[in-house]
Amino acid sequence: MMKELICIICPRGCRLKVDNDLNVTGNLCPRGIIYAKTEMTNPTRVLTSTVKINSQNAVRLSVKTSQAVPKGKMFECMRELDKVMVEAPVHIGDVVLANICDTGVDVIATKDIEE
Amino acid sequence: MIERDLVIIGGGSAGMAAAIAAYDDGLTDVVIIEKGLQLGGILNQCIHNGFGLEEFKEQLTGPEFMTRLAIEVHKRNIDIRYQSNVLNLTKDKVITYSNSLEGVVKIKAKAVILAAGCYERSAGAIQIPGERPSGIITAGMAQLYLNEMGCLVGKRIFILGSGDIGLIMARRLTLEGAKVLGVSEIMPYSNGLNHNIVQCLHDFDIPLYLSHTVTKTIGKSRLEKIEITQVDEKFNPIPGTEKEFEVDTLLLSIGLIPSNDLLKKLGLPVSKARGAIVDEHYMTDIPGIFSTGNVLHVHDLADYVTAESRSCGKGAAAYVSGKLNLDAPYFNMAAGKNILYVVPHRVRLANLDTHLTIKFRVNQPLQNQVLTFTFNGQVIKKIVKPIIIPREMQKVRLPKELFDRQDGELIVSSEDR
Repeated sequence: MMKELICIICPRGCRLKVDNDLNVTGNLCPRGIIYAKTEMTNPTRVLTSTVKINSQNAVRLSVKTSQAVPKGKMFECMRELDKVMVEAPVHIGDVVLANICDTGVDVIATKDIEE
Repeated sequence: MIERDLVIIGGGSAGMAAAIAAYDDGLTDVVIIEKGLQLGGILNQCIHNGFGLEEFKEQLTGPEFMTRLAIEVHKRNIDIRYQSNVLNLTKDKVITYSNSLEGVVKIKAKAVILAAGCYERSAGAIQIPGERPSGIITAGMAQLYLNEMGCLVGKRIFILGSGDIGLIMARRLTLEGAKVLGVSEIMPYSNGLNHNIVQCLHDFDIPLYLSHTVTKTIGKSRLEKIEITQVDEKFNPIPGTEKEFEVDTLLLSIGLIPSNDLLKKLGLPVSKARGAIVDEHYMTDIPGIFSTGNVLHVHDLADYVTAESRSCGKGAAAYVSGKLNLDAPYFNMAAGKNILYVVPHRVRLANLDTHLTIKFRVNQPLQNQVLTFTFNGQVIKKIVKPIIIPREMQKVRLPKELFDRQDGELIVSSEDR
C-alpha cells in the first residue's frame, strides 16, 4: 500500500509517497527520505516553547529541543518545561534542561537575554 | 538639521538585511529607526522552527534567525534608535521621529528605506455579525501575549482563517493546555503552508473547515459561543449548515496588510500588493526613497524578505554614490492573465548586473500552467507549473540577455498548457 505524506522538514512541504518497503518518492532533497522513514516508524517533532526567566529584560525565554523528540512525548515535555526557571544571562544554545523526559535530547535556549 | 546618508524605518529582517548590505557596499552612515525595544521585529515572537533554510542552510527559530542578522548589524557601526516612532517623511527625505530620550528629532537623509513590515487584518475589516464581547483578537496578538509575556489568551479557542500564524497558534495553544476546537477557512483551500497543516492541525486532530466562515459571535462581557456556516462559491452563507462552538476566544488569522501609511503621506500610489510602486532596486518614484520586505508586498518567508532587502540595501548604496543611472530607459512590468501582482513594477536594464528577479502571485489555484513572460509582444521565457497556488510567491530570475531592448512592457501571465 502506498502512503502519502507531506514533508514537514522545511516550508517547501514536498508531497511524499512511501510504499510498504519504505521506499520514498516525491522528495526534493535527501531529508525527505529520512523524514518519511521516521514518520512511518517512530514519528518525531522538534518542540519549540518558552520557559520562565529571571531577567530585567524579559519574562519568557524561547527554547527548542536540540533534536526531534517522539511525537507522543510532546505533552509530557511541555509539563517538564513548565517547571523550569532560568536565570539571565542566557545565550543561544545554552542547555536549559538536559535529557528531557529521558529522550536523550536537551532543551536549549533560542535567544540571547542579558541580565 | 542632522544629516545622515541612509535612514531605515524598521529594524526587522528587512531593515537589518538592508542595513548590512548598504554598509558593506560602502554606505557606512546608517541609522535604523525601530519602534520596539530590540531588533528583529515580529521574528521575536515567532518562536517556532522553519526559518533560515534559504539564508543559512539550516533550520532556525525566529529568534535565532533574527539574532544572526542582529549580530551582523552590531558588528558594523550602525546606529539604532529604539522605541522610536516615525511621525513624518517628506519628499525631500526629511524624517521626523520621536522617542522619550530625544524628543522630536528631524533628520535629512540622502536615502530612506521603508522597511516597517505589515500588520494583521483585524475584526473590523470583516464585519462579523453578532455581539462584541472581549475574546476576539488577532492570532499574532495572541502569539505576542503567549510567547513574549507568558499569558494564555483563552481556554477554548476557535480560529478564523487558515493563514500560517493561525495554524502555528493552533499548535502552540494546544501544547500550552488550551482546547482548539477548529479552524475555518472561507476559501475552498487553505492559505497556510502544507507543512503547517500537517504539524499544527493533523498532529493534534484539529479539524479544518474549508468553505466555512464565522457568521455570529455571542457573549456578554466575554465571548461565549460562535456560529460558523458553510459558504457557496460566492462566499454567501448556506442556510441550514450552521454549527455552534462554545468558545471563550476567537482568533483571527485573516491576512496581513503592508504598513504603508508613509506612502500616503508622500502622495505615492499604492500597488495591487498594497505596497509601493518600485523599480528593480526597490526604489519608489521619489529618487532615494526605497521600500522592501513585507511593507512592499507580504512574503511567505523571512528568508525571502532578507534576500529582497539585501538587494534594496545595495540599491540604496548605489544611489547615494551616484552609481544608479536614473535617466536610463525603462520598461514597465504588468500582471497579465491569472496574475495578482508583480514586483518590481519598472525596470532599468542599465542598472542591473546580470539578472532581473521577478516576484509575483497567481490570483487563484491553477493546474497545468505555463508561466509566460511576454516582452513587447514576444514570449521570452516559459516555465511549466503542474500546480500553482496564490499563497506561494513565485520568484523567477531572468538573464539580462533575454531582453532585446530597454523600454516597452513585460507582461507576466499564467496560461493553460
